[in-house]
Amino acid sequence: MNTEYSCQEMVEVVTNYLDGALDTDEQQRFERHLSRCAGCNTYLYQIRETIRQTGMVLHEESLPPALREEIVAQFRHWKQG
Amino acid sequence: MLGSEPLSSETALLAALRSGDEDAFCALVDAYGAAMHRLARTFVRSSAVADEVVQEAWVGALRGLDRFEGRSALKTWLLRIVANIARTHAVREARAVPFSSLELAREASEYEPALPVERFQGPDEPHPQRWVSFPMPWSSEPGSALLSAETRKLIADTIAGLPDGQRLVISLRDVEGWDSAEVCSVLELSETNQRVLLHRARAKVRAVLESYLTTEAP
Repeated sequence: MNTEYSCQEMVEVVTNYLDGALDTDEQQRFERHLSRCAGCNTYLYQIRETIRQTGMVLHEESLPPALREEIVAQFRHWKQG
Repeated sequence: MLGSEPLSSETALLAALRSGDEDAFCALVDAYGAAMHRLARTFVRSSAVADEVVQEAWVGALRGLDRFEGRSALKTWLLRIVANIARTHAVREARAVPFSSLELAREASEYEPALPVERFQGPDEPHPQRWVSFPMPWSSEPGSALLSAETRKLIADTIAGLPDGQRLVISLRDVEGWDSAEVCSVLELSETNQRVLLHRARAKVRAVLESYLTTEAP
């Protein structure tokens, strides 16, 4: 069974494609469509770019010192109890 | 990949912890504490409540230490404790049982296309389901908006406004960089539902970037 993906379907399976969750046949259909559709190429590029940009959103790298202190104090309490 | 390198020998570490070794405990807190705190912050919006969740999680972990059998990595085990306590807190705050795997599965089961149907040609048009017009390319040249702090802020704000399931999954997958198995394990979600939530969240962030990046500068 080999119906080709439409652009609308491409947009819905892009996450499965990027996660390697398409079966061999689906992956071939995806790549076949991609090889001849500029619009879907742009969309895939933009999803990749979205993921890359999201990965650069800053996040806290270490515990706030006061919280760390409290956690260690809890440990001492636990040790005695 | 949960943010930090795995500690070299979990068996030795566990033995040291059980014997009350404070250095071993501090090593554990320094290795995974920040990831646990970020996870708590993803669940609950108040930073005071997130702090409480993390403290309770450590107490729970110490109490459960003897029952930890090493079937999952220590890190995953700790994060699951955080997730469970965060859920309990959310329930206590009388929200509608958010974050339960049932609720997240329900969110995933609602139909929601990645893009508005108007972006594609209808059944009576020359090429049904093809783009009406292609997405406009984004400039990635030096100095473009894609590289700016403002873009990051826009993404962070967009994620904060997403429905619970989408917010959790995109935060863990794309901000924290966890893989899909880790997210499923900590959130108790199926691979499929996890991917559906991620898919929608990414589509929404892309849509916000699209309108930001393709609007003519004034």
